[in-house]
This record gives sequence, C-alpha cells and structure tokens, in this order.
Amino acid sequence: MDIIRLMQLIVSSSLTFAAPLILTAIGGTFSERGGVVNIGLEGIMVMGAFMSAIFNIQFVGTFGTMTPWVGMLAGGVIGLLFSIIHAVATVNLRADHIVSGTVINLAAPALAVFLTRALFGAAQTGPLPRAFGRTNIFLLHRIPVIGPIFFRNTSGPAFFGILVAIISWFILFKTRFGLRLRSVGENPHAAETLGIKVYTMKYAGVLISGFLGGMGGAIQSQAIHNEFGILTVAGQGFIAMAAMIFGKWNPLGAMGAAIFFGFAQSLARVGNSIPVIQDIPGVWLQILPYLLTILVLVGVIGRAEAPAAIGKTYIKSK
Amino acid sequence: MSETNKVIEMKGITKKFGNFKANDNIHLDLKKGEIHALLGENGAGKSTLMNILSGLLEPTEGEIWVNGEKVSISSPDVANQLGIGMVHQHFMLVDKFTVTENIILGKEKHKFGFMDQATSQKDVKELSDQYGLRVDPKARISDISVGMQQRAEILKTLYRGADILIFDEPTGVLTPQEIEELMEIMNALVKEGKSIILITHKLDEIKKVADRCTVIRRGKSIDTVDVATTSQQELADMMVGRSVSFKVDKKPADPKEPVLEIKNLTVKEARGYDAVKAIDLDVKAGEILGIAGVDGNGQSELIQAITGLTKVDSGSIKLDGKDITNKKPRKITETGLGHIPEDRQRYGLVLQMKLEENMSLQTYYQKPFSNHGFLNHKEIKEHAKQLIEEFDVRTSSEENTASSLSGGNQQKAIIAREIYRNPALLIAAQPTRGLDVGAIEYIHKRLIEQRDHGKGVLLMSYELDEVMNVSDRIAVMYDGNIIAIVNADETNEKELGLLMAGVPLEKAHEQVTETEGKERETVANEK
Repeated sequence: MDIIRLMQLIVSSSLTFAAPLILTAIGGTFSERGGVVNIGLEGIMVMGAFMSAIFNIQFVGTFGTMTPWVGMLAGGVIGLLFSIIHAVATVNLRADHIVSGTVINLAAPALAVFLTRALFGAAQTGPLPRAFGRTNIFLLHRIPVIGPIFFRNTSGPAFFGILVAIISWFILFKTRFGLRLRSVGENPHAAETLGIKVYTMKYAGVLISGFLGGMGGAIQSQAIHNEFGILTVAGQGFIAMAAMIFGKWNPLGAMGAAIFFGFAQSLARVGNSIPVIQDIPGVWLQILPYLLTILVLVGVIGRAEAPAAIGKTYIKSK
Repeated sequence: MSETNKVIEMKGITKKFGNFKANDNIHLDLKKGEIHALLGENGAGKSTLMNILSGLLEPTEGEIWVNGEKVSISSPDVANQLGIGMVHQHFMLVDKFTVTENIILGKEKHKFGFMDQATSQKDVKELSDQYGLRVDPKARISDISVGMQQRAEILKTLYRGADILIFDEPTGVLTPQEIEELMEIMNALVKEGKSIILITHKLDEIKKVADRCTVIRRGKSIDTVDVATTSQQELADMMVGRSVSFKVDKKPADPKEPVLEIKNLTVKEARGYDAVKAIDLDVKAGEILGIAGVDGNGQSELIQAITGLTKVDSGSIKLDGKDITNKKPRKITETGLGHIPEDRQRYGLVLQMKLEENMSLQTYYQKPFSNHGFLNHKEIKEHAKQLIEEFDVRTSSEENTASSLSGGNQQKAIIAREIYRNPALLIAAQPTRGLDVGAIEYIHKRLIEQRDHGKGVLLMSYELDEVMNVSDRIAVMYDGNIIAIVNADETNEKELGLLMAGVPLEKAHEQVTETEGKERETVANEK
C-alpha cells in the first residue's frame, strides 16, 4: 500500500470515528460554559441514534440520498427534547447535575431498546437502508497530495462537525450570547445583577448540548454502526465529555481532542492494515481509546480550567 | 413632590425571612449630591435594605420613592433603569473576563449579535478618564489589584448611567492608600452630580466623607444625623445601643514564667526563601505580647510555625516547657495552645458544618464528645449551647451552619471554642479584622481576661491601634526579623511606625524625641 493511500485510510477512518464525538463534545461545552454539567450526553446520544435509525428506515423513500442528513436533524431534535428533562431538573428543580444526568443515561437506553423491540421484534433495528458512507469534499479533494489524503473518500459528518466547531467558537467568544452564557457559568450572581436572565441562559446551554448530542448520536448509528442497538453508543458520550475537558471547554479544542480520540478508536479497525502496528494484538488496540482517555484526563485535568460555577445550583434571590 | 431634592425615599421598609425580620419599618432618604452613610453592626440589616433598593430582594412591606415617584423595584434591571447602581462588598465580577467585558456585560455594543470589542474598550477608557477611575480595559480581572477591581465595579454602574450609587462596605478589602483613593473618587462622583449611599461600620470613614448618617440596629432605623455635628462616640453608641468604650480598660500586667519560648527560629515561606529569620521570642504567663508590623513581614509564617501548620526549618519552640517544634497541630493544641486564626473562614471554621459541630472541632475525639469512636451528639449540642450562651454568639439555633452567622459572631464562636479549653497560650491573629466596634470591644475584653487568668496571649495585628491598646509588650517584625521589643506604655504610634518601616530602635527613638522636642519648641514660640 502506498503512503498516500495509507494516510488517506488513517485520516478518513479517524474522522469517521471522530464525527459523533466532535458534535457531542461541543454540545457539552455549551452546557458546561453555562454552568450545567451534562453527563446525560451519553443518554442523549442514545436517543439521537435511535431516532435517526427509525427515521432512516421510515423515510428513505422520501429523502433519498439526503436521508442520513435529515435523520441527523431528527436525532438532534429528539436530543433537544430529551435534554429539556435535564434542564428542568437541574435549573428549576435544583437537582444534582450528576444525578439527573445519570437518570437520563439509565432511562434512555432502556427506553430506546424497549421501543426497538416493540417496533422490530429484536434488540437491533437491522441494517439501515441509507448510511452516510464516504464522500469527497467539494473542490478541496482536487488539491494535489493534500486533497487525496484529507478530503477524498472521507467522512462528511466530520467536516460538518469541524464547521460547527468553528461557528461555535465564534458564538462562544465573539457574540453577545456567548459572553452572557459564559458569565452565567462563571458567576451567575454577577450576571443576575446586570439583568441577565440566568435561567434562560442555562436552558439555552443545555438545549444546545441536547441538540448537538442528539446529532452526534445520529452520526454514530448512521455512519459507524449502520444500525441501532444497545451497543451503538456504548460510552461514546463519556468519551465526548473527556474530549470536552481535554479541549479545555473550547469548541476548537474539543474538536481537536475528539479527532484524537477518533484516531485512537479507528486504530482497532484499521490497525491490521497499517505496517508496524498490525502485529499488536487486537485487544490492545481496542483498549487504547479508553486507556488514552484515562491518561489524558489524569494528565490534563489538573491544569484545565473549568467554568467557575460549574455544577452549582443557582438560586435566584427574592 | 414638595421635596424634589430627595432622590430616594424608603418608607417603612420591612423584610421578613420566615419569622425573622431583617428589616423592621426602616426609613431612609437620600438627597441629591450627598454622601449618606448607612451605619450598623454586622448583621443589623444594612445589606438587606440595600439589596431591596437594588432589586435583588423584594420588601415584605413598605414603599420606595425615586425622584419623587413611587416605584416597585422588582429586578436589578428595574433598578438600573431608575439609575440605581450597587458596588457590591464581594465584587460581582467574572474573574476570567476582562475589565471591559465585565463592564459591558448585559449592555453590550454589538452588530448582529457580534460584539464590538474595540468600541467597547474605547467607551470604557473614556468613562474611566472622565471620573478618574484608573483601569486597564484589556486586563483580566484575576490579574489586577483589588483596588482596580473595585474601580471596575464602580465603572459598571456608571456605564449603566447610574446616578445613585450604593457602596456596600467598600473599604474592607482595601489597603490604606486605596481607601484614600476611594474617598477621593467618591467626592469626585458627588461633584459630578451623583448621590451616594455608603454602607459601613467604620466610624472614621463616615466622619471623613459622609454628610448625613442613618443608623440602624437589629433591623430597625434608630436615627438620621448630621455627621458634622455628631461625634464618633455618639455614632458608636447609637449603633451598638449602649455606651461603647474605645479605650481598653486593663490593669497592669503581672507577668510570670514564660509559656512560649522561641529560640533561633527560621521558617521558610512556600516559595522557599526565609520568611522568619532566626528569631528569639518569649511570651510570659499573664501578659499579652503584641506583634506589630506591615502585612507580609513574616508574622503569618511565625504563627503557622508555632501552631504546627508550617514546618520549622531550624530553631526550637517550647510551649509550657515542652518542646513542640515540628509536632503535629493536634499534639500542639493538646499541649496547651488556643489559636484564633487570621483567616477565620478558611482556618477557623468549617463553614458548611453546623455551629455545634464547629464548637467541638478541637475536642470531638475526646470524652465526653466521643465514645469508642462514636460521636455523642447530645453532649456536643449541650456544649455548644453552653458556649453560645456564655460567649453571646448571636444565632437562632446551634444547628445553623457556621456560614449563616455574621462575621462578628463567627469570630465569637471561634473565640469561645479556643478560650473554653483554657490553653496556656492563646494566639490571636487579626482577631478583629472586619468587625464592628461592639464586637471589637468584646473580643479585646476576652483577651485581657485570659491574661488576667494568668495565661499567655500572643496578639498579631496589622492595626497599630489594636496592638498598642491591648498589648503589654510589643514585638515589631520587619523583613522576618524582630527588630525591637518595646513596652506598650513606653512607646507611641510614631515610634512604632518607624520601627515597622525598618528603622532601628535607637534611631527611631532619637527621631521621635527630636520631633517631639521641635514640636514643643514651636508650641513655646507660638506662645
């Protein structure tokens, strides 16, 4: 295998595995910048994955090649709806963020698998009719050398995620909304004295995380597994949260970290076609993403600066 | 509308929290262009009243009139629109944001939602020049001095067009120079046509800047007086509700054998240089030894070394005749040490725990509070009740968390816990910082009582008055050395001031007698 083909394989498979993580990690960033820990992203991804799978099967006739993209939006919508539970619990009812998130993580897979059984009579949906597949990125794939490595025959959703990361960075750091959202996550009391609606901002953060997390889940089922089952998401939401922390609560950082974790996960799939590492027993490569997650978090978490008022319940004075 | 010069009138304001009346029928009016002081002890209800005015709390009863119109201030937004701005005691700033971002937050200049940073920074710069409030618009809050943070906080209110500024205990965190600066700023603001309410319990500040003063006590308004015609003593009496003495009454000391013997003690600071440099110091039973000095000359490290919180680098410390050098804090405590720490909230109390639990923090593992490793809550509660009674800690229940108490009562709780064990040596570090005159008087009395019972007291304070009034002997620390030990009744503020600046004792003494001589001469000449 020539070097360009090899690079192309590594890059495209890394991006494929990174795509769900990118969107979900950015979602987590929005939520936590507003001060709400959304550990429920795992469950939200499950709902997004489930919803998009159903959508894919039902509407492939209507949307044709666009089906996975519209399915992704459907996953985002269900994620957003599901995240309302988390917002109500943590913002209005002052529940512990971890407890509420855990409830979502326990409820979502149970509900999704139950419905899958009810609809399909099995624990899995079976193969989806129209997956994301591989695409060439418009014009860019024609650039010599770089084109074939990065933009040819690669993951469309990943480039969508990169676009979302850039837009999110602007929103978070350059817009009025971003400044207000961050102020609420840092010092809600100060924000309130300046007339900022703390609860509204927190809702916005959580709902955006639900939407992005749901889309992340949809990519997971439509681009990686090509079906929905109990093992479709299995821990990706937590890895996305690790990427968010590794990325220091910055959308671009989260994106970079997500691609890194995507690379780690892809090794288990494509490792046997890469020289050098093809002799490593597969089980080690399968452990790798989780091992890296632990190592990265142990190494980084001390230095990472979380939003100051994260995970704290804000009680309006009156 | 007859009295149009009144920008604010608060009439019969009552605020209830459950059954507790934080404000009880309070009246307050503010004239245009005046600095109006709001005086009261810790927990008297000053902040509650001002939170009502700034829209953070809603009154249970009463009316507020702004510029002659009855208003309902239901949110900070409404207060902003009425031109009321509050400079909070604990700054309402986002540490990670820049000065500019903090100031514009909630009222951002933007194009299609995108912030216009350049214009905003220019606006902030202009505003800061206009009022002489020096800030660096681009600096992060966490990187600038407390004084500049406060100026940013003031600018926040001005940026919103506030005409009525409320300063909530603004000087508590400032250095003397910064306090001077703030006073000038306040005067400048009034000249620009602003009106100011100054919440404080510091009488000298009121005398310095305020025109009128409203005194509140335990939630009730007592009186509004003209500052110029009212003495500090009268203000203090009104605030506390009884006659307060500024002078500390005490008999001459009767010092006995030393309880604390420090020999050649060197302590390294966290960054590795010597903070305490080979000092010798004795504290005798039956005396109060004061440690004077400017903050950061090794006082804190000395105390941490004695109490076992920091490692001793070399030298020895003996307490009550027993060597305690580098022993564990519990061991040292048991040997006979009481410690009222400098930072009461961090080292003195566990704020989230109940008051009763805090009262037994030093003794919980001993009988009768503990039996075979199980806590005896009944005894702990009884003990706490007894201490609360005896030391006049004001709280509705011993089950309240320590954080719910006012600063003065938190300190009383610590003092109760430490003195009750009757230690041979009591270390009091900054025991009255941030407290009002009533509480200060009480704490000084307790320290002297301890001395009169034949115990040793080590008092560390940055307040020169306190060291001079309470101590029998004074050790002055400068750059990690004890540069002089003088008797309190043989020295004066000037001499101590010079010593604290590092002037050797003989020279300081000379300079003081010289200037005094000159003063006497000029007085004689004038006659």
